Amino acid sequence: MAELEVRDLGFRYGDKIALEDVSFARPAGSFCALLGPNGAGKSTLVSLLTRLLVAPDGHIILAGHDLEHAPRRALANLGVVFQQPTLDLNLTVRQNMRYFAALHGLPRKGLDAAIDAALDRLNMAERAAERVATLNGGHRRRMELARALLHEPRVLLLDEPTVGLDAASRAAIVAHVHDLADEGLCVLWTTHLTDEVRDTDHLLVLHQGRLLADGVTRDICGDQKLSDWFLSQTGGGA
Amino acid sequence: MTGYWGVARAIMGREFLRFVHQRERFLAALVRPLIWLLVFAAGFRAALGMSIIPPYDTYITYETYIVPGLCSMVLLFNGMQSSLSLVYDREMGSMRLLLTSPYPRWWLLFCRLLGATLISVLQVYAFLAIAALFDITMPLWGYIAVLPGLVLGGLMLGALGLVLSSFITQLENFAGVMNFVIFPMFFLSSALYPLWKMAESSALLRDICAFNPFTHVVELIRFLLYLQINWSALAWVLGTTALFAAVAIRAYDPSRALMRRKG
Repeated sequence: MAELEVRDLGFRYGDKIALEDVSFARPAGSFCALLGPNGAGKSTLVSLLTRLLVAPDGHIILAGHDLEHAPRRALANLGVVFQQPTLDLNLTVRQNMRYFAALHGLPRKGLDAAIDAALDRLNMAERAAERVATLNGGHRRRMELARALLHEPRVLLLDEPTVGLDAASRAAIVAHVHDLADEGLCVLWTTHLTDEVRDTDHLLVLHQGRLLADGVTRDICGDQKLSDWFLSQTGGGA
Repeated sequence: MTGYWGVARAIMGREFLRFVHQRERFLAALVRPLIWLLVFAAGFRAALGMSIIPPYDTYITYETYIVPGLCSMVLLFNGMQSSLSLVYDREMGSMRLLLTSPYPRWWLLFCRLLGATLISVLQVYAFLAIAALFDITMPLWGYIAVLPGLVLGGLMLGALGLVLSSFITQLENFAGVMNFVIFPMFFLSSALYPLWKMAESSALLRDICAFNPFTHVVELIRFLLYLQINWSALAWVLGTTALFAAVAIRAYDPSRALMRRKG
């Protein structure tokens, strides 16, 4: 069964079409890259998936719950790492995590242990008491990832999560999220960087508001490198 | 349902921690009314004669007269400040995080509003304490009786801030709020001069002041400080709070900034 399903999704900003007839479905335990040049509609799709925007057409189903009809249950199964940082810089790592936990209605009992475990997975345990302002960009991102997993979501959405990170931090996050997918999470990773996508990943290509491709990267590109194929399809828009 | 209370505690706790980390904001919020009280009022006491009007039962000094207005000023500035931080949150993305919470949006916004209000109320008490040090005191029980009035007034002005934040698309536009909301609201009210005094110079001005919801916040607080209830002020404040809150929840659309940018 699909953990994340999008059916006939459409959205307009006034007269401008941002998304049209977008449909795809992804099962548990899969890493799916959503690739598209700037302005392809990635941000709009993320806003729709996180219910920041509500689509007039189409359906979004998260872990079996329709986002429109059962938003609480759907959102409870969604973990998000936004492109923009969403941390309180003046608070400590643990305070940020607790705030998030409360927003999701997690019980306080056992919360600190859960926070420690979530941080530990990303080698951040020793930073729990530090103020976020003192962390570097890579650590902040890792913390946001740990936070997004705190409520044990079944679907993980990452919106260009490597923007502004150095090469080592980027590679570490890409590898870690692939591991999470191997462990059973349904991951949707948006990016405009082709080198973050592996040959065996599932790939969705969004261009001018429409899905251009939906399949395994290797099958889509054939003999070409993904970057070459992507440029040839999107006219160098990336 | 326990989750609702947990969300409320977390959002209010975050507001409080943010406040603790911004001591300059606390000082500014305190210095502003104190300057009015200790400098402006001292200069004006000679120029303005006060007659005996309810809730006062004796002649009062001008300083005593403007204390409720200055309490309301703290609430007003804080309400606008919290609207500023809402716009800021929207641009920074922390509002996105808040809204991915599975709890209903109106509850999230209400908690945010209540948290900001309680911080304003703390500041009002700090102001009243300093005023008392300068011998500008109210009846002892008045300090307690005024609490619900401060919370209600704070909610009303915070809801107004929320409405404004829905229409402010960019952070830079905030200066406009100062010019077109805070100053007229404050000066066209009974904060600095009683309405009958206003009527002496212009009946129209008096009517505008009487229509200004801020006037009713001031009067509600003034009467409560003297252990009386001004029913018409209470009705006004309750009504406007409900109105602003309804508009705020309807108009509050986090996608607005997104839309404008794309449009």
